Amino acid sequence: MSARSTAGLRHRLAERGIDRGLLMLLPAVAFTVALFIYPFLYGIGLTVQPTAGMQEKWGGGIWANYIAFFSDPFVFDSVWITLRLALPAALFNVLAAIPVAFKLRGKFRGKRLLTTLLVLPITLGTVLTAQGLLIFAGRQGWLNTFLVQIGVLNEPAQFVNNYLGVFLSLVISGFPFSFLLISSYLSGIDPSLEAAATTLGASWFQRFRRIILPLLAPGLATTFILTFVLAFSVFPSARLVGDPTGSTRVMALMAYRSFGEQIDYPMASTIAIMMGVVELIVIAIVMLWRTTLYRGSTGGKG
Amino acid sequence: MATVDTAATEAAAPQRRRLVARPSTWVVWALVAAFFIFLIGILVSVLVDSFGRRWFGGWLPEEFTADWYAEAWDRFNMTHVIGVTVGVGVTVVVISVLIGVPAAYLLARRNFPGKQLITLLFLLPIIIPPITYGIPLATVMYNVGLGRTLVAVVLVNLVPSVPFVIMTMTPFIEQINPSIESAARMCGARMKDVFLRILGPLLVPGILAAAILVLVRTVGMFELTFLVSGPPTDTLVVAIYRAMTAAGGGEARSLISAMAVVYTVTMLIILIVALRFVNPTQLVARVPETRDD
Repeated sequence: MSARSTAGLRHRLAERGIDRGLLMLLPAVAFTVALFIYPFLYGIGLTVQPTAGMQEKWGGGIWANYIAFFSDPFVFDSVWITLRLALPAALFNVLAAIPVAFKLRGKFRGKRLLTTLLVLPITLGTVLTAQGLLIFAGRQGWLNTFLVQIGVLNEPAQFVNNYLGVFLSLVISGFPFSFLLISSYLSGIDPSLEAAATTLGASWFQRFRRIILPLLAPGLATTFILTFVLAFSVFPSARLVGDPTGSTRVMALMAYRSFGEQIDYPMASTIAIMMGVVELIVIAIVMLWRTTLYRGSTGGKG
Repeated sequence: MATVDTAATEAAAPQRRRLVARPSTWVVWALVAAFFIFLIGILVSVLVDSFGRRWFGGWLPEEFTADWYAEAWDRFNMTHVIGVTVGVGVTVVVISVLIGVPAAYLLARRNFPGKQLITLLFLLPIIIPPITYGIPLATVMYNVGLGRTLVAVVLVNLVPSVPFVIMTMTPFIEQINPSIESAARMCGARMKDVFLRILGPLLVPGILAAAILVLVRTVGMFELTFLVSGPPTDTLVVAIYRAMTAAGGGEARSLISAMAVVYTVTMLIILIVALRFVNPTQLVARVPETRDD
């Protein structure tokens, strides 16, 4: 009797997709819960346990960290500084990658070499890019030497240790990434759609505007989100090639300052969590816009 | 240069339709050229600087020497640092493949209640910026007394790596025809046999690709490692960062360049190995589902 009912239960569960095979998922889930979800919740808990010093300075009891975050201009301005850096960089990476990906689709000699070279910066890492930019684009670097010698500049220009330096480092690390993504989305669009449009007499601009762009737009949104995520958490380059006390005083730097230099874990967690919130707001806006776009088959292999 | 290439392209593929009109061609090539000028400039100037002595402006340093490498080895105990970097990288790869692949298999092949929730759970560590979860995670690590230990460095690096393995392996497993497994089961193979004898060999290229990417990411991962490591457990990137930002204006520039070159060479070796197995564009493209149910 009891044996029959357990067999029945097991069978019924198996029909819904629950059986012992699911145990294979257990290590990954347990791991993610222990090392991601738990610390994350713990961090949120920390934000409402401000240090005595913070409570005294900002008041508000357990909300002192949040009050400090929103009313201390030194901290809160870093939100705008981060967005001013990450949004234009992500936008530039996506917009510049579209024509390049377009030109380089199809087969031609040396394509594999070119793709390989474009992947290279992904492995360079931000620290090496920073060191290279400091030497190459510094006041005495080759870039300035060349520009002065051909007479474009009268004296060496300031390319690093400011906003431009961090922007350049974000483009160098982010552009190859968005190029690869957009290339793969482009290859998913059926070429016969374009051929049909050509037969019907569409100009290249009409074909791009009416056929390619609507099909590509969801992929562009995804690419934008991913490059934005990369640019948003910029930290080493903001410190090394930027102006860490001024125009590139990003949120990640502020969070680390609280964590490593002031040893104020609750405030560091507050800035870190708010960083996630700001990022998710931007992603949500892009996703919202994405839902208004065409969804469905692009006719090709994608 | 541009015209030669375009001509070659047209000769090679006369049937290909040109979508963007000619004036745009030079814009594209200018963009690519500017990008490569920066990229090559960065690489070569670091290389020259690491071998140079007294480089104050001008095209080249006054003298060339290999002393910076010797000094970097002495001052920063590079053998130890490289050992830590490779050790942490390999450990993270092995653990994340062992945890990630079975999970990816289930996500690719099965439907079960809460599947979307679980997918979201694995997606979150990839989307949320590392600093956001890294700081609470590092706080936990210091609280339980793991701060500045190798265990902590491995654990924090696993957080983005496990989901990464799952996300890259899922489409790869979807690609494999399920009827192969069904046939094996019909012939009496158990789950273990299916994994070791059927799926294992088929998955090797995918696992290799995911492993190499995880290795590259772990060796290059700055933010998370930096939060929990101390000088004896620093990986190469963190050691370079510390040398660049050391109090008193940082170490001599050429010394850091020498360390950076060592880092790049390590990465290049991994990359060259990687490209023998993986086509870069294939990694980001999702493979269509081939399920037949």
